[in-house]
Amino acid sequence: MKTQHLYIGLILILCSLSFNSLAQGKYKLTSSKVHFFSETVVENIEAYTQKTQGVIDFAANKFAFKIPNVSFKFEKSLMQEHFNENYMESEKYPHSVFTGAIEGDLNLKKDGEYKVAVKGDLKIHGVSKNRSFDAIIKVAGGKVSIHSEFKVTVADHKIKIPSVVFMNIAEVIDVQIKADLEKI
Amino acid sequence: MKKILLTSLMMLIALSAYAQDDLLGMLEDKNEVQYTKATFKGTRLINGHSVETRKKNTMDLIISHRFGELSGGAYELFGLDQSNVRIGLDYGVSDRFNVGLGRNSFEKTFDGYLKFKLLQQSKGGKNMPVSMTLFTSMAIKTLKNPNYEISFKEKVSYSYQMLIARKFSSSFSFQIMPTFIHFNTITPEQDRNDIYGLGAGGRIKLTQRLSLNAEYYYQMKTLTDQTFNSFAIGFDIETGGHVFQLQFTNSQAMNEKGFFAETTNDFFNGDIHFGFNISRSFQLNTKKR
Repeated sequence: MKTQHLYIGLILILCSLSFNSLAQGKYKLTSSKVHFFSETVVENIEAYTQKTQGVIDFAANKFAFKIPNVSFKFEKSLMQEHFNENYMESEKYPHSVFTGAIEGDLNLKKDGEYKVAVKGDLKIHGVSKNRSFDAIIKVAGGKVSIHSEFKVTVADHKIKIPSVVFMNIAEVIDVQIKADLEKI
Repeated sequence: MKKILLTSLMMLIALSAYAQDDLLGMLEDKNEVQYTKATFKGTRLINGHSVETRKKNTMDLIISHRFGELSGGAYELFGLDQSNVRIGLDYGVSDRFNVGLGRNSFEKTFDGYLKFKLLQQSKGGKNMPVSMTLFTSMAIKTLKNPNYEISFKEKVSYSYQMLIARKFSSSFSFQIMPTFIHFNTITPEQDRNDIYGLGAGGRIKLTQRLSLNAEYYYQMKTLTDQTFNSFAIGFDIETGGHVFQLQFTNSQAMNEKGFFAETTNDFFNGDIHFGFNISRSFQLNTKKR
């Protein structure tokens, strides 16, 4: 008789947990902007994209972001062509992907700025690197948004910079991501 | 009763695990179109144009030289002592539509062209096996004849080309060029006003920035029976904003009517000219695109 109560109790707890996770739900990225900046003495290179796709599951504390490399816009069209053709080899590796886990105290129902730790695999140019850095999730008037700044070392992802232009391209690139999150 | 409870427990555990979906799988986009980029490094294959167009507000300065015959030997510095020059500007009115102007020292010919990329090779949501660019050019020969006046109309010739290319892999691209040239006036020694044929060429990319190019234009109808088919072989070296093309060819002219219809040297008999094209891209209007 006691074990029956135990089982029922466990079932009820599990029910509430799984339905809770379904209820907390997933958020997708809208109005995103990913911007990167390479600064050297000779030349500054920057580009941005508004075509980042992403999903964050706050109940499971997981996320997945994906960017089509050809969506990065440069001031100079030839630079954009070389970025895809010579550096990113976008025909072989069409997307840059970041998947992993989010850790931190977070209450999506309460306004505030929450600092979370983002940890996962950043795959650029076909090469994955384990990365962890901070991000800020802001809740304001029912709207959720995410913002983060981090650096990418070009050599980590086997992106080759030829000696002809080594003074024009930084070894470490500054990346910034800003996006609104919408519940799905 | 125990069994039922146990199975329901297992199912619930499984359900909550399944609820944590493959998030990345949610981001798959079956309709994403991937457009092929950079079928060739530059807008010229060697003598003739490639399917590539410059993007909007980009201007290319292109300087081409074709030197004298290599058979001139050391005394003539293997042809370097004589050279024909073409100086030209190419401009991207839009990503697909380019215009250009040039001036050739050979017969003091001015040329101007319009180039429109009709089709872009793509895969994924939209499948297009080739890129196709339409090309037309007008050439005006301003070299004076000491014996008589030439009217404007007599100086003009028109060229029409359909450039069709496919990037088979990141290291191999191939292009065919049906070509038609019309000469407004011909001399008694020349056979016909309308010349046409088929060109073919391609590139093999050797490194990220270096490729080996070859180009051959076969005349189905010739201007005279002493003209030869134009053949060219060379290297493309791309360094950021410049493309350097170094080549060997039997043609001395650098516009379509010149190299296609008026080549008087036989490549396979050793009448070869060394030459180069250098193009430099400038981005005008550098506001964020």
